[in-house]
Amino acid sequence: MESYSRRWFLGAGATTLISATGLTACGSGSGSGSSGGTITAMVYGDDAVKVQTAAVTRFNASAAAKKAKGKIKLEKVPGSDYPAKLRTAMGSPHAPDVFFNWGGGSIKAYKDADQLIDLTDTIESDPVLKDGFLPSVLAAGALSGRNFGIPMRGMQPVMLFYNKAIFAEHKLQPPTTWDQLLDINAKLKKAKITPFALGGADIWPELMWLEYLVDRIGGPEVFEKIKNGDSSGWGDPAVLKAAETVKQLIDDGAFGKGFSSVAYTNKGAPAVFAKGKAAMHLMGSWEYSTQLGEFPDFAKKSLGWCAFPKYDGGAGDIRNVVGNPTNYWSVNARTSNKDAAIAFLRECASEQYAKDLIANGDIPTTSNAANLLDASPNPEFAKFQYSMVQQAPAFTLSWDQAVDPNISTPMLTEINKLFVGKSSPSQFVTALQGLK
Amino acid sequence: MSSTVSTGTKGRPGKGVRAGRPHAAWALPGVLFFAFFAIAPMVLAFYLSFTKWNGLGDPEPAGLANWQKLFDDPRLTQSITVTVLLTVVSWTFQTVVSLLLGVWAAGRQRNRAVLSAIFFTPFLLSSTAIALLFYSLLDPNFGIIRGDTFGSTSGAFLAIVFVGGWQFIPFHTLIYQGGARQIPEVLYQAAAIDGAGRYRQFFSITLPQLRNTATTSSVLMIVGSLTYFETVLILTQGGPGTDTAILPYLMYEAGFKSYDFGYASAIASFLVVAATALSLLLVRLTGFGAMRSTREGM
Repeated sequence: MESYSRRWFLGAGATTLISATGLTACGSGSGSGSSGGTITAMVYGDDAVKVQTAAVTRFNASAAAKKAKGKIKLEKVPGSDYPAKLRTAMGSPHAPDVFFNWGGGSIKAYKDADQLIDLTDTIESDPVLKDGFLPSVLAAGALSGRNFGIPMRGMQPVMLFYNKAIFAEHKLQPPTTWDQLLDINAKLKKAKITPFALGGADIWPELMWLEYLVDRIGGPEVFEKIKNGDSSGWGDPAVLKAAETVKQLIDDGAFGKGFSSVAYTNKGAPAVFAKGKAAMHLMGSWEYSTQLGEFPDFAKKSLGWCAFPKYDGGAGDIRNVVGNPTNYWSVNARTSNKDAAIAFLRECASEQYAKDLIANGDIPTTSNAANLLDASPNPEFAKFQYSMVQQAPAFTLSWDQAVDPNISTPMLTEINKLFVGKSSPSQFVTALQGLK
Repeated sequence: MSSTVSTGTKGRPGKGVRAGRPHAAWALPGVLFFAFFAIAPMVLAFYLSFTKWNGLGDPEPAGLANWQKLFDDPRLTQSITVTVLLTVVSWTFQTVVSLLLGVWAAGRQRNRAVLSAIFFTPFLLSSTAIALLFYSLLDPNFGIIRGDTFGSTSGAFLAIVFVGGWQFIPFHTLIYQGGARQIPEVLYQAAAIDGAGRYRQFFSITLPQLRNTATTSSVLMIVGSLTYFETVLILTQGGPGTDTAILPYLMYEAGFKSYDFGYASAIASFLVVAATALSLLLVRLTGFGAMRSTREGM
C-alpha cells in the first residue's frame, strides 16, 4: 500500500515535485546571488572528486583568490542524477557559479538560455589557458566553435581492449584493419569464444560501435554535421553502412547471444571479458581502472589495448578518436564574481592539478602532462592513451553527450532497436533522420 | 421525517452539539498536507502540459502542442497495450498464487505461521533492491537462469511480471489470509455434514466468501499496475527497443532524460485521468463501494 500510493503520487506530479525539492535542496549553498566573495562550484561527486577538493583548498589559500576577492565552495553531487540535479539548480535562483559538465550537447540548453559565459576570448588572451590544454580537447567541448568550458578531468578515449592470453593461445594479433577484425572474429568463434564483450543493457556501449564505424567509414565530418543540428546528416551513406556492418556483426554472433541482458554499469561486461568468455571489449579508457579494481590479476597480466581498426576503403583516419575528451568547468553568466571563477579555472592548467589527476590514475588533458606520465600507476597505458589523444586529427565527443538531451534519448532507443533486431539498418537511418 | 430536522437549533446541523462527530477542522492538517503534496503538484503538472519547458527559465505557452504530440506518439498506443497486458497477466498470476497461498496460510498450524512470516519478507524489501537482485540472477553469463532474458520482448515482459509478482504476492496473500480467516467455521462444518469434499468446499464456500477480499486485492493490483515504475526502470529501461516502455517510464524519460517537462507533464496528466477513470470504473463494476455482505442469510 505504502509504495503503491507513493508511486501514484509520483506519477501525478513528478516534474513539479522534483523542481520543488531541487529548489530547497540547493538552498544551502550560498548561490550566485550572494554579495560576499564566495562562489559555488558544482561537481560530479565520484572517486575523482578528491582532485577538485584539493584544487579548491589550494585556490582558496592562493594569492589569486585574494586578488579576485573570492573563494570557492565545492558542492559535490553524488551519483548518476547529476545532470537532472544540475538542470534543476540552473533553473533556480540558487544556481552554481561554476559547474562540471560533458561539454557539447550537455551544455547547449544552458547556452541557448544565455546562462553561460563565452570563454573563447578569455582563453585566447590568457596564455595559461590557451597553451595549457591539448587543442583537440578544448575544441571537442565547444559549441559552434565557441568555447564554454575548461578541461578539468582525465581523458576518456574509447579503445579496443583485448585479452592477451587468448590472443597468444590462438596466435592472433590485435587488428589494424576491418578484414583482420573479421578474421579474428571467425577464428574465435571456431574456438567457441565470444569475440566481443558488450554491455548492451546500458545501450551506450552499443553506441560506441556506431561512433567508431561512422568515423572510420565516413570520417569525423559526418557526425560533426549532425552535432551542429543538421539531422539530414543521419542520411549520410556512412551511417547506413555502419548500421549494416553492426547488423552483420550481431547476426554473425560477434557479441554472443545474451548481450542485451548484460550491463556495463553492474560490472557484468567487464566480468565476461576478464573471465575469458569474450576476447575483446570496445570501451572507454576507464575500463582499465575498472578491471584493476575488479580483476587486478587480469588487468596486470592479460589486458591489452589498441586503436579501433581502419575500415577498408573508409574515409576516416585510424588515429581519429571517439569518446569523452574530458569533463569541463563552465561558468554561469549570473555569477557574482567572474574574476574569481576565471582565476579558479586557471588552477586546472597547473602542474599540481595535473599531478593530482595522474596520482588518481587519470590522464590530464594539459599540454604538460607528457612529462608526468611516468608517475602514473601504469605508465605504459598512460602513455598510449596520452599519445592517442594528442595525435588524434579528430576527437569526436560521444554522440549522446554531443547532441541535445531531447535528441540523445530517442537516438539511444533507436540504437537499442537496431541491436536487438527490432529495426533494420534502413529503418534505423529513417528514424534518426526524423529526430528533431 | 423532515420535521424532526427543523426542531433543532438554527444554522448548520451539529452546531452546539459538543460530543459525537469530530469537527471538520480536525481534518485540516491532513487536507493541507494532501493539497500541498498531491493536489498542487497535479494542478501544476496539468498547467505545465500546456507549456514548453526544458527546466531553464520560464515555461513558454505551447497550447495543445504537447497533447497533440502525445496522441500522435506511436509509443502511447504501444505503452497502453503493454500496460493492459501487464495488468492482465500480473493480475492473473498474482491473484491465483496469493489466493491459494492465502487460503492455505489461513490454517492454524504452527508451521504455517512461521512460513507465512517468511513468505511476507519480499514485501519488506524495496522495489529497487528486488529489481537489482533479479537483474543479477538473470545474468546470461553468471546468473542462475542464463538466457537473453532482456533481449527478447516476451522475456523482458515475463521478467517484469514475475519480479512484480514476487514482490507483491506476499501482500495480497496477507489480504486473502485475513479474508479466509473471517469465514465462519460453521459453513465448513455444515458442508462436511452434507458430504462436500475439500475441493467442493473451496469452490462453494471459500471462493464465494472471498468475493469482497478479491475485489479489494484486485483494485489495488490493477490501479497499482498503472504506476509500475522502478522495476521497469531497473530491469529493462523500457526495452528491448520500446517494448516494455509503460506510461510512467515514458514520462520519466521525457522529463528526466530529455528535459521535455511539458511533454512529461502531458503524459503525467493523462496517467492521472486514466488511473482515476479506471478506479472509478472498477469500483462501479465490482460493487466495491456498496460492500454488499457475503453473509446474506446468516
